[in-house]
Amino acid sequence: MNGGPVARPDSMTKGKRATGSRNHGRASLLVIPGEDLGDSEGKEPGHGVISTGGRLKAVKRGMLRDGGGAISVEPTHTTYFPRPGDLVIGYIEGCTNNLWFVELGAPFNAILPMSLGPGKIDFGGTRSVMDIGDAIICRIQEVEETHSSVVTMKGMGLRKIRSGVVEEVDPHLLGRLIGKGGESLRRMKEDTACRIVVADNGRMWIDGELDGILEVRRKLNELSSIAKGGGN
Amino acid sequence: MGGYGDVQMIDENGIRVDGRGPADIRPITIETGVVPVADGSCRMTWGTNEAIVAVYGPMEAHPRKIQRQDRAVLDVAYNMAPFSTTDRMRPGFNRRSREVSKVTKDALESVVMLELYPRSKIRINIEIVSAEAGTRCVGLTAASVALADAGIPMTEMVVSVASGKINDIVVCDLNKEEDNYGEADLPMGILPNTGELVFLQMDGDLSQDEFKQAWQYNMDASKEIHKIMVDALRGNSS
Repeated sequence: MNGGPVARPDSMTKGKRATGSRNHGRASLLVIPGEDLGDSEGKEPGHGVISTGGRLKAVKRGMLRDGGGAISVEPTHTTYFPRPGDLVIGYIEGCTNNLWFVELGAPFNAILPMSLGPGKIDFGGTRSVMDIGDAIICRIQEVEETHSSVVTMKGMGLRKIRSGVVEEVDPHLLGRLIGKGGESLRRMKEDTACRIVVADNGRMWIDGELDGILEVRRKLNELSSIAKGGGN
Repeated sequence: MGGYGDVQMIDENGIRVDGRGPADIRPITIETGVVPVADGSCRMTWGTNEAIVAVYGPMEAHPRKIQRQDRAVLDVAYNMAPFSTTDRMRPGFNRRSREVSKVTKDALESVVMLELYPRSKIRINIEIVSAEAGTRCVGLTAASVALADAGIPMTEMVVSVASGKINDIVVCDLNKEEDNYGEADLPMGILPNTGELVFLQMDGDLSQDEFKQAWQYNMDASKEIHKIMVDALRGNSS
């Protein structure tokens, strides 16, 4: 299950990248909160956009995207927010007799009940299976309206991480990391001979030879610095 | 008239002690991303004022009793560094910094879309590094830039600016002498796209006409400052 589902950079980009600012006659595509994005007639407000008084307005700073009838903003900085079905890499942050608390890099810790844990576990034995600090690959089972979420480890490829390293990038950079149809991620895997699992919360598990891991790290740093320095 | 010792702070041509005209603001620079570990940050200089703002979150709100089930809470901490003034500031919070933190929080609560993050907290730390006059305006303006830098959704950016009265003349953006020896001060928090107000205080007395004049100065200045904020936010990643 290398890679899992193609990560959505925090669900910001649905359509294709807009190629220019023709729609709004603006020199730059970067919008800032409160910016007027034109008439809302016939346009859906997408992520980072609200509609008030017949006008569309940006509520986040980011690149303007116009695709499929919806205007959205792809933010320049994001915090991960869990959504059902997301593949995530988390760290065990606490245990009770029958559940684990998992840190996902989101505002709230997720719960992993014993019933959704790996294999059969006796009551009170949570800690002997996965201890505090362990990294796990899991999937978001459900998210309540109050943002508390439940993760599961029942499923293909969901397990405790025992080798390799876990690296982090900002969730909105995942789209760039993976590339069109997974192209750049595939190239990275081939070039470095590493096994790479990219999770939706911006974490990735890299397993392989030391040289390969270092190479992936270098590429990730490059990606982050390009994004910070203003690639596009 | 004229405050302590009748200091003449504006001449017959309307030129102020630092050479500005009545409607002129002090020079402003804004830089974002200055605190690498924060989710969003901003350094703003305004005359010889300087503020650094860092924004963290949204994160889980602790202790639990401060959580709101239907919205996020803002945790605003305004603080002046001990070295920010010529007289050493006693470190830590005092009555004034609590008041400024509260009004800043109230102003920002009306623009940040808190309902998107129930039970969370957004932490905003405003550190005044160098203080001249009008630091609450610097703090509030810089905080809204830092929030935008952090990618926190907000319906508008708040621009805060103060006008006041010196020697019975209304002027915009008071400097230290004018603030100390002047007669009145009117800081406002303005949403420049709509002209709405989210924050208004008045120190001293203004007549109705003077109030209107100060209001107008603030409204005009807010548009100018908003442009600088937009440029700063654009420049960082374009």
